[in-house]
Amino acid sequence: MRTGRVSWVGLRTPVLWLVLLVAMGTLSLYASAYTVIMVANILLYVILTMSWVLFSAPTGYISLATAAFFGVGIYTAAILGEQLPLPLVILTAGLASFCLAALVGALTLRLKGVYFAFFTFGLVELIKHLLLWYEVNVTGVRGRFVVFADNVTIYYVILGILVILLLTSYLIRRSRIGLALQSIGEGEDAAAHIGINVSAVKTIVFALSAVFVGAAGAAMATRWTYVDPYMAFDYLYSFTAVAMAVFGGLGRFEGPILGAVVFAFLRELLITRFPYVYMLVMGSVLVVTILYLPQGLVQLAQMSPWRRSRGNREPA
Amino acid sequence: MQPIIEVVISGLLVGGLYALIAMGLSLQYGVARVLNVAHGEFIMLGGMTTWALYMAFHINPLLSLVVCGPAAFALGYALHRTVYTRVLASSASPGAFESNSLLASFGLLFIIQNLALIAWGADTRAYSYLAVPVDVAGVLFGANRLLTLGSALVIGVAFYIFLARTRIGKAIRAAAQDPTTAALMGVNINSVLALCFGLGAALAAIAGMLISICYPVTAVMGIHYTVIAMIVVVLGGLGSIPGSFIGGFVLGLIESIVSYFEPALTLAANYLIFALLLLVKPTGIMGR
Repeated sequence: MRTGRVSWVGLRTPVLWLVLLVAMGTLSLYASAYTVIMVANILLYVILTMSWVLFSAPTGYISLATAAFFGVGIYTAAILGEQLPLPLVILTAGLASFCLAALVGALTLRLKGVYFAFFTFGLVELIKHLLLWYEVNVTGVRGRFVVFADNVTIYYVILGILVILLLTSYLIRRSRIGLALQSIGEGEDAAAHIGINVSAVKTIVFALSAVFVGAAGAAMATRWTYVDPYMAFDYLYSFTAVAMAVFGGLGRFEGPILGAVVFAFLRELLITRFPYVYMLVMGSVLVVTILYLPQGLVQLAQMSPWRRSRGNREPA
Repeated sequence: MQPIIEVVISGLLVGGLYALIAMGLSLQYGVARVLNVAHGEFIMLGGMTTWALYMAFHINPLLSLVVCGPAAFALGYALHRTVYTRVLASSASPGAFESNSLLASFGLLFIIQNLALIAWGADTRAYSYLAVPVDVAGVLFGANRLLTLGSALVIGVAFYIFLARTRIGKAIRAAAQDPTTAALMGVNINSVLALCFGLGAALAAIAGMLISICYPVTAVMGIHYTVIAMIVVVLGGLGSIPGSFIGGFVLGLIESIVSYFEPALTLAANYLIFALLLLVKPTGIMGR
């Protein structure tokens, strides 16, 4: 039976999201330039993580291709940045990543489990080395300059990409495609038998998840001004996305967001002065999470006395 | 004729190292079912320790085998007993164990690599040992590289005999085929899996020691060799130890041929072969 209190509980989450959105949307009005840059960096990692989660969490396929899509976005900005306006560059980058992911998805459909992780990891390195060879032997440059865009603009572009990504993830989770993905994760053969076009669903969602990574890559490239294949196709982006998602917890929608925010903030604090310590902490946290917190950071929140005192509500 | 001999022999020289590395990963993945992406970190540890011992005490690199091998074995054994056994117990299905142990080994990769970076820094390290040219069929090769090939062959064959002829080797092969049935037949499965993981780590460290004799080593070299090991393991067939041994030489030869024509494309060629192999014949040369 619905009471006034229950409907408040139901409303609480959307209201919270709205408040958060307004706070983020007006950030440049009240925060310092440094804060805006830092928050943009954190949001970038939320995008990488949530894009990974979109495909890999329900299906159980561990994709290490995030860095490949990110690099494609970066290089799209480097090549087209001078000819096209920023919105078009970002759209093209998303589209380029979409095409690459669709191709990879279509090719690797037969690969199960660990083979898929193998393949996607190799993909990043393959593109990196081919690009390096091409740049050195054909264009004669090792790196490229990217047209500069100001920090506030990039912040809003990143925020926009993130909002669209979160909306997409939310809608997919609630749609028939979301259910199809879930059943692929639980048993691919069974999913095929009940009439799900397993290949099509996997390819489409994989390609869709790449769009946001590519777009974010193009946006971030304008901040770096100079890129080379090693920077753009750095496998650490793939690993980081996976680590952040697992750390946050794959079971709930907010889990990976929380994991990415906490980790990316830690990264901002440590990466310039103590890069090794940051990576060490990241590795240790990943191992500890897998051993002791299989549901991630959100498990801690659920275990807290604050939560328990309000009764054993089933997680949504 | 001369170029062909050169290409073939340098392929074999690299191949020997690849074979050792891949055999280690094959034990860890083929038997213990842990896709250990931190495999290369044990190679790095072997190489860096050998370098450190040589610089500090002028210990003969080959002698540091006595330190690296057992230490890596103990580390690997302990890791399996603490981390992976726990992951195995908490994973609902073999598929879940594969992904969870993969993620745990990512964590290990970061931990080991960054501890090494803190301890030794990111500089490239090298020392000179037996760097005298030797004439092989009219082509000159460094004595250190020939020594590496010889050692890799001896270790590889010894290891194969261990697997094929001893009681423990039989238990390992049984566990590779079917862990549950092996356990029913009285194989202490947890101990065998930990043993495999430890042996894999020891092989990696020994390979690292041999690598440091011929090539410069750094604290970040691990991931490159992990990828090589993965390629060879897939090439030779997952779970097949002779396959990995042969696959190592095959990849070494391919690499040598490609680098004869276009050195800058060697790595790209490796990945391309890997990608094609996964798509066309994921079971590998000797796969079941």
